[in-house]
Amino acid sequence: MSGKTGEERPAATPQPPAEAGLPAAAGGRPKAPVRRQSSRRRFLRSAFLVGGVLGLAMLGYVPVAGARRTRLRPPGALEENDFLSSCIKCGQCVQVCPVAAIRLDDIDSGFGIGVPLIDARAQACDFSCDAVQCILACPTGSLTYRKPASLATRPGMPLARAPLLKAKEKDAEPTLNLAERMGIARLARPDSCLAVLGKGFRGQARGADFRGRLRYVERDRWRPVAVRDHPYERDLCNLCVTECPIGDAITMQVRVAADGSRQHRPQVLEQCVGCGVCEMICPVDPAAIVIAARQPWAI
Amino acid sequence: MSASERLRVMFGAAPLKPERITPEAQQVHRLKRMSKADFAALKQHARDHQLVNHKWRNRRWAVLILVNLLFTFSFWLDIQMLEGSLTASRFVGFHLIDLNSALQVMLAHRHVIVNLFIGTATVFVLWVALGGRSFCSWVCPYHLVAEWFEWLHLRLVAKRLVSDHEFHRGARSIFWLTFALLAVLSGYTVFETISPTGILSRALIYGPSLALGWVLLLLLFEVLYSRRAWCRYVCPIGLTYGMVGAISPLRVEYRLEHCFHEGDCRKVCMVPHVLDVVIKGRAADLKTPIGPDCTRCGLCVDVCPSGALVFDIKGLDRLL
Repeated sequence: MSGKTGEERPAATPQPPAEAGLPAAAGGRPKAPVRRQSSRRRFLRSAFLVGGVLGLAMLGYVPVAGARRTRLRPPGALEENDFLSSCIKCGQCVQVCPVAAIRLDDIDSGFGIGVPLIDARAQACDFSCDAVQCILACPTGSLTYRKPASLATRPGMPLARAPLLKAKEKDAEPTLNLAERMGIARLARPDSCLAVLGKGFRGQARGADFRGRLRYVERDRWRPVAVRDHPYERDLCNLCVTECPIGDAITMQVRVAADGSRQHRPQVLEQCVGCGVCEMICPVDPAAIVIAARQPWAI
Repeated sequence: MSASERLRVMFGAAPLKPERITPEAQQVHRLKRMSKADFAALKQHARDHQLVNHKWRNRRWAVLILVNLLFTFSFWLDIQMLEGSLTASRFVGFHLIDLNSALQVMLAHRHVIVNLFIGTATVFVLWVALGGRSFCSWVCPYHLVAEWFEWLHLRLVAKRLVSDHEFHRGARSIFWLTFALLAVLSGYTVFETISPTGILSRALIYGPSLALGWVLLLLLFEVLYSRRAWCRYVCPIGLTYGMVGAISPLRVEYRLEHCFHEGDCRKVCMVPHVLDVVIKGRAADLKTPIGPDCTRCGLCVDVCPSGALVFDIKGLDRLL
């Protein structure tokens, strides 16, 4: 719009600048033709303003329509379109997350600006709140335990049964109140997976300067600690299996080959909710196992 | 100005001259028709005794900054007083939801849960009591930043480096309708994508983002091209709260007898059309409430040398 500055400038010259702040109706002095011209210019300017602002606002559709990036949304998120339309972009889910896994998207995702997402590699949702407090905090129902019947659910998104939280195994109510997955883990790079290669792992899973946190049940049931403060020592790497917060979500498959050698391979099961802990904890870079955000379970 | 006339002006119509002026007001108008020399002397007297004060501006800035800091510190320091951001929040556990954001979500999503309804109703009641568009000047962070940049714009205008370009105020009503329609038709909260209020509020609480570049562009546009353009001609939040303002008892009141018609109030005002009544000969009555588009910022109250503009609560004088 600033490109029109030059041609519009003469329109304002008949008026002394001191009056610039006053409404046109108060001027009253310019002669009729001048006035007509200036009001026509004002109309054109206004039309450009309306067109320009609305055009810019609709640019937000581009990243959405392209859907080039599938974001991992917090637990209990509605289907993507419903999620974008219902999210009021307040960030209350961000504020209650004990591991700060949720952050808000930026203007480059168009209508998705201000909408929460989880970058699992940097900080996964480890359910250290137990009750999934982001869902409780959401004021518009974008995150919800149970979708209203009128809203769409894709097949393969609901879980067969409520996920069992390993940290609550001994509790009377050991399950999460969440019946839908956020996505599904996939062994995307089996060639780099330490277990597949038959290798062990020693040391800090993600290096000394990794800021991600995880709740280690054997240390403290409630408080997550920095992953770098919890070094590992494994003869065969199985971090994705042992650190998964959900029961029956991932196992280590063992296959005995013809020559008697044993082959190991992490296998994702139907109970995987897609929280991303396996992706965060995977010691190889890039991670061998990743979350396919918002993807349903498919055998 | 009748209530319907004030609404008409809010939606973008040019203010009309009153058809009927009360005898009391006519009397005052008549008395003010003095000789030029007398009037100049009176005006000079008022000028000499003018108290340049920033009472309401300072209070307003303090409130605005405190409210936004309360949001920020609630999260940073984890004091959990005011969680969330300006679009939706919880004040010590009680839901508050911005009316325009709620409207966008309701139109786009077409599903209203209890918390959304409670929060919207609370904010509605709050701003009916506190004065409708007061949200703009007492809470909105973009308003404050734009107010600071406005100073720069006015300096450049005074030096004739730039000139102010006005738009038709009806544009804001068109924006309001179009954004509402877009929410219904597209199913997305389109306005929130470019709302500097939401962007700034989130940036203050959750840290800077690329979106601040858009806010900076808006400010540049206002400095170089059109004074306070976003708040005056675009922002549908302002119009939403303006509608609430139409039923708020708190407002600024104009007192004809005290006025010297110098027009300083209209120079500082972000929405000067609401002050049309201060033009000499315009007031239809001795006391006129300023229209619902007024943000109750108090700049006119501060600048008026003769106390012709004051904060007022509708019906309070009858109660006292």
